[in-house]
Amino acid sequence: MKNEFKVIADLIEKDKKVLDVGCADGTLMKFLKDNKNINIRGLEISKEKVQECIAKGLTVIEGNAEKDLKQFPDKSFDYVVLSQTLQAFLNPELVLDELLRVGKRAVITIPNFGYWKVRFHLLFKGTMPITKTLPDEWYNTPNLHMCTIKDFFHFIKSKKIKIFKSLALNDLNTSLINDSNLGVKNLFADLGIFLIEK
Amino acid sequence: MNIEKNIKTLIVKKPLKLDCGKTIKDFPIAYETYGTLNSKKNNAILVFHALTGDQFVTGINPVTNKEGWWNYAVGPDKAIDTNKYFVICSNVIGGCMGSYGPSHKDPEQNVFGTNFPVITINDMVNAQYNLLEHFGIDKLFCITGGSMGGMQVLQFISNFPDKSKTVIPIATTSSHSAQNIAFNELGRQAITADSDWKDGSYASNKANPGKGLAVARMAAHITYLSKKGLQEKFGRKLQEREDLKFGFDADFQIESYLRYQGSVFVDRFDANSYLYITRAMDYFDLAKQFNGNLSDAFINTKAKFFIISFTSDWLYPTQENKDIVIALNSIGADVGFVEIESDKGHDSFLLDVPDFLGALKNFLDKSYDEN
Repeated sequence: MKNEFKVIADLIEKDKKVLDVGCADGTLMKFLKDNKNINIRGLEISKEKVQECIAKGLTVIEGNAEKDLKQFPDKSFDYVVLSQTLQAFLNPELVLDELLRVGKRAVITIPNFGYWKVRFHLLFKGTMPITKTLPDEWYNTPNLHMCTIKDFFHFIKSKKIKIFKSLALNDLNTSLINDSNLGVKNLFADLGIFLIEK
Repeated sequence: MNIEKNIKTLIVKKPLKLDCGKTIKDFPIAYETYGTLNSKKNNAILVFHALTGDQFVTGINPVTNKEGWWNYAVGPDKAIDTNKYFVICSNVIGGCMGSYGPSHKDPEQNVFGTNFPVITINDMVNAQYNLLEHFGIDKLFCITGGSMGGMQVLQFISNFPDKSKTVIPIATTSSHSAQNIAFNELGRQAITADSDWKDGSYASNKANPGKGLAVARMAAHITYLSKKGLQEKFGRKLQEREDLKFGFDADFQIESYLRYQGSVFVDRFDANSYLYITRAMDYFDLAKQFNGNLSDAFINTKAKFFIISFTSDWLYPTQENKDIVIALNSIGADVGFVEIESDKGHDSFLLDVPDFLGALKNFLDKSYDEN
């Protein structure tokens, strides 16, 4: 399992109720269910991935986060997880608001467009950056709203959303992000993980 | 047809008060079982059949000598694996495969016909509940069914919230739409317009409204298929002829196919049962039973739901299945949902659709492992 999921799992206490939005093949869900006794649900847009989740015995709903989150009541989950998907929505702000309505807390991870390799790629090659967390070409990427860790950090502060923990990931290294090291983390992390609440 | 000798029957002694206000008692429920009930009695699956189905889910139906209606899904090593699970299915009351219905006789030994009480989906499941006591099953492992079978699934878990561990409604709705009612009314009108229907008393008049019933079946059959599926299978292909005949014989294969479907249906189904069962479907509105709040129908159950719809089903489209998912999510129920890609229309649940059968099998087997 990738390091990102281990870090997410560490943020969630045992025996909680969790919704994994864009749960893909259910890897994180299965880990949380088996290791932390989490009452876990998934929402996934791809029919194939939904089938993979069912084959793992996971409860998953085929649906689209931009339309289908509204069926869940306010604060009906302890945590809502959204892994590397916020930038792919037509309206990320609305989705973010929905996540924080449905979940008491949300864990959101974003691929960092401020990562040095991304900056170098654009600066020296002059073409759209392709990295481990941004593997697609400009013409087939699902990403519509790329942002940097710094952008997202400022964005949630401006929305008066409480940040419990923000983490910078670079391969296996995990470190805390705060106001004073934001610039450095924004350069050296390829992924940001935020535990937030509204 | 001599149906009695091949049919297992439970006589329900307890009075059952029907939604129409009448009470029935000492009435028969015809059922069939497949597989073996284990010693813990925790492997039983109650299957509910659709409008024209019966208790003979799989194998060869001993009355019609045709394959059971859910042969693709139920049997040894199939999605509903009868090596593992004990499958029970019964003919709905109002039906014509041995359960109490309009072709039965009243106490004065006259065939009921339209004097049979109007029944509802609620009445059907309340009658079938007696099978649990009969088999000594405290809790079913699963209840499932497609179309009208799905309606019974929803009604059953609402009436008996702790009587099944898992619940799989397939290609169904919580409330019959105007379009659904319209198609059923078309079928009923075809039957009652047949002069051999004789106000429902055709049995005592040695008549049979076969033409009307065949037309009802033909119209309904179109609603079970998709436009794309029909086009691919039949297109404008001609029936055993080189060119159009400029007449009203069946020039096109689709005409011949529908006529055939109508004619074989008449041999196995009772016209009055068709009226009664379509009426029960039309009256089905689960939310209405709970003052318009569908979620309240499921508020007392801890069962695990898995809802399945099909992309090309326009009779009970995905949105109507999703409405059930939404109602369940809004009360935090354990509910999964998948829409299966298929060109085969509403009938997809009866056919060889591997994605559907795979999902059904995986859900059941994984849930059973947690037993």
